[in-house]
Amino acid sequence: MKRRDFLKNSMLTAAGTFVVPAFIKPFEALALDELTLYKNLVVVQLSGGNDGLNTVIPFGNDIYYQKRKNIAIKPQELIKLDDMQGLNPNLSALKEIYDQGWMSIINDVGYPNPDRSHFRSMDIWQTASDANQFLSTGWIGRYLDSNCQSCKFPYTAIEVDDSLSLAMKGKTKKGIALKDPAALFRNTNEPFFKEMMNNDKEHLDEDNLGYLYKTMIETSSSASYIQNTSKIYQDNFTYPSTGFASQLKTVAKFISSGLKTRVYYVSLSGFDTHVDQTPQQGRLLKQYAEGINAFLKDLKQNNKLDDTLVLTFSEFGRRVEQNASNGTDHGTANNMFLFGGKLKKQGIYNAAPNLQDLEAGDLKYQVDFRQVYGTILDKWLDVNNAQILNQRFNTLDFI
Amino acid sequence: MEKKENFFKVKHLYNRAGFGIAYPELEHLSRKNLHKSIKELFSNAQKITDLNTVDASETRQQLLMQAGLNGKKDFSPEEKEQRQEIIRKISQKGRDLNIEWIQRMISTDAPLLEKMTLFWHGHFACRSGNPYFSQQLNNIQRKYALGSFKTLLIEVSKSPAMLQYLNNQQNRKNHPNENFARELMELFTIGRGNYTEQDIRESARAFTGWTYNKDGDFEFKPTIHDTGSKIFFGKTGNFDGEAIIDLILEKPATATFICRKLYTFFVSDTPNEVHIQELSSCFYDQQYDISAVMKKMFEAEWFYSSENTGNKIKSPAELLVGLSREFFVTYNKPQVLIQLQSSLGQYLFNPPNVAGWPGGRSWIDSSSLMLRMKIPSLVLNDGLIDFNAKADPEEEALLAINRKPKIQKKSYINAEANWEKFLNTLPKNCSTADLAAFLLQPLPGSKIKSLTTNSSDLKKTAIEITSTPEYQLC
Repeated sequence: MKRRDFLKNSMLTAAGTFVVPAFIKPFEALALDELTLYKNLVVVQLSGGNDGLNTVIPFGNDIYYQKRKNIAIKPQELIKLDDMQGLNPNLSALKEIYDQGWMSIINDVGYPNPDRSHFRSMDIWQTASDANQFLSTGWIGRYLDSNCQSCKFPYTAIEVDDSLSLAMKGKTKKGIALKDPAALFRNTNEPFFKEMMNNDKEHLDEDNLGYLYKTMIETSSSASYIQNTSKIYQDNFTYPSTGFASQLKTVAKFISSGLKTRVYYVSLSGFDTHVDQTPQQGRLLKQYAEGINAFLKDLKQNNKLDDTLVLTFSEFGRRVEQNASNGTDHGTANNMFLFGGKLKKQGIYNAAPNLQDLEAGDLKYQVDFRQVYGTILDKWLDVNNAQILNQRFNTLDFI
Repeated sequence: MEKKENFFKVKHLYNRAGFGIAYPELEHLSRKNLHKSIKELFSNAQKITDLNTVDASETRQQLLMQAGLNGKKDFSPEEKEQRQEIIRKISQKGRDLNIEWIQRMISTDAPLLEKMTLFWHGHFACRSGNPYFSQQLNNIQRKYALGSFKTLLIEVSKSPAMLQYLNNQQNRKNHPNENFARELMELFTIGRGNYTEQDIRESARAFTGWTYNKDGDFEFKPTIHDTGSKIFFGKTGNFDGEAIIDLILEKPATATFICRKLYTFFVSDTPNEVHIQELSSCFYDQQYDISAVMKKMFEAEWFYSSENTGNKIKSPAELLVGLSREFFVTYNKPQVLIQLQSSLGQYLFNPPNVAGWPGGRSWIDSSSLMLRMKIPSLVLNDGLIDFNAKADPEEEALLAINRKPKIQKKSYINAEANWEKFLNTLPKNCSTADLAAFLLQPLPGSKIKSLTTNSSDLKKTAIEITSTPEYQLC
């Protein structure tokens, strides 16, 4: 009892100068000039290690056909982008996106001393660490921690899921996970929880109890803000009826309704195709391409495409040579996709993978994934990448 | 209700050293000297029973069949089915093991032993696709949980799960793999800043030949062991793995590193270097006897000071186990325990990486907090589950073979609390305020007080109290 009494008393004595912390300020009180146009980043995670070589196919290279006798995509089946590379036929929905100049492909993205464990490599991509370094915060989480002008709201980063990925967790700030804004709103509005939060002045302390109350109050006010802002927006665009597309539909709704969120995170899983890869990967790529196609057109219709950048990654690519089960095993470098209305370099960004110069049967990376993150942090989210990535990475030219 | 100082101390002790305490036991112990309660925790921890869900030969057979099938070019439909069946079975065994352990924690009479096992589970964090290896490592962590840290360290280092996880199977003479040597020093013993890259390279050579055989037993292979001279911590010699471990333990910094970790797990997120040094000297002087240092901690006056009570965020395991123990919960569909662990961010046997779960405030984000506060009404009142856990990256292969994406159905948690039994443990004339003071570790503030003054229904109050931010702390 003593400690809390002391705190209460000390707050009372300071009552005259007591400043209400930002998190309990009503949103209406925020200055209107903060309501500027927001540039959004949408991160799409393909979990399981998508086989990049059967996604963007180096059909111009004979080695590809030699190494993948049973699972190679024939030149006449694929969608040719140039003389060397073409898209998997299941990505046909991306063809018009590509032709519009809304898509950029970066080949051979990876990192030094690649790890072939799903978990570890995903950890590395999400935390943007070195291969031998263990970070407990994610790269977007550290962006939130940086407390920059663009990232001060508790809803600055939203993951459309029931739980939050490590990528979205910072030391002091974290993104918010929600699959359905109405459900979170209902949850936080349970009379019992409302009562717990109502007029809470007791727990403004920095101790763990204060932290829990702060998180609860922020969640509730974010849920109200997200629900109240987005429910006004009428979504009339038709999306394919897949789980992935519905995540993107939720994101589009948030972006189009003017939510002041800067980073969205969605994922699609099932890419670990060790056996009988072709139908499995094909089914997922189709879901991916059709979802992205609808999403970008929806944004275009709402004049939001120029303010949006979509980034797609997977924790690793797969080995150049297929395995004995008509599948592929865990590999290293992989391609990344970028989408948006304001891409500086459209189409294929860099040279196709070199299938001759391999490292123990695996692609060598040309671009460190942290250069891609660094470029986005610097040029899109307006924060110095060295501050977030713990070292300076040279930026690229795609935006 | 007892308001004796001892009452709160015993409650604190059992929350930190175990998973809570039932009221009659608490009342009984609070009449005695605190020292007796501590002694009792340790004497109960002496009876050590292995987990034994996973059968060694069955697992070996399944893995052999799987390896055989993986090498094939074309599959007949039966073989395809067979292969999927094996993957499913192995992954089910892994989940069964998880459930056996969490149920053990819920029902154990040796809470300190299981709590220590949980600590070592996070300290020597490891993932294995082989559930038998996982079980083996867990049993090692239990067997030596309160024994000699040196023995524990050596046994963990020789366990197939760890040898496999940290690539020591690939660590051979002239082709060293440094993964194990690096984590041994960075995470398991002495910590960053106390060794050089050369120390890692040289010690990796010392662990060449530490492998396991197909029976899942440790095997030292002299033919791939590097017998050459090594320079480690400035000393030159023909060191083998155990000699390296001895040299690491010779450094007091190792005792300090382990004690800092024990302190943040059992005492506070904010390390107090003076207290840690006290523990560390004891640990070092007592030749790394884990029991000795834990007794020292529980006997320390600062362990019971106000800044160290009711201010630690429960890990998901502590929350789930504590709640289930408290209310004698039966899970009719124990798989739900996995869904809960996973949604809360601590899927046992599946740590995020070799550094384990970061703990503290990292357990809490908007979604995990809302879920934590919802769980008591789900578990105690058989509520409807309306959330899904993320797929674990290691389960992608399993996802990939399931052609049709599973349609997630809403389901009930299907658990029963034994209210009668719980209410019977409470003293006669127990008020709702007394109940709150018993269930919570932080002292009830005005929110909690207004909650209890408005109700005289003990069951309703228990559900409400366990659904508060205060209940997240221990």
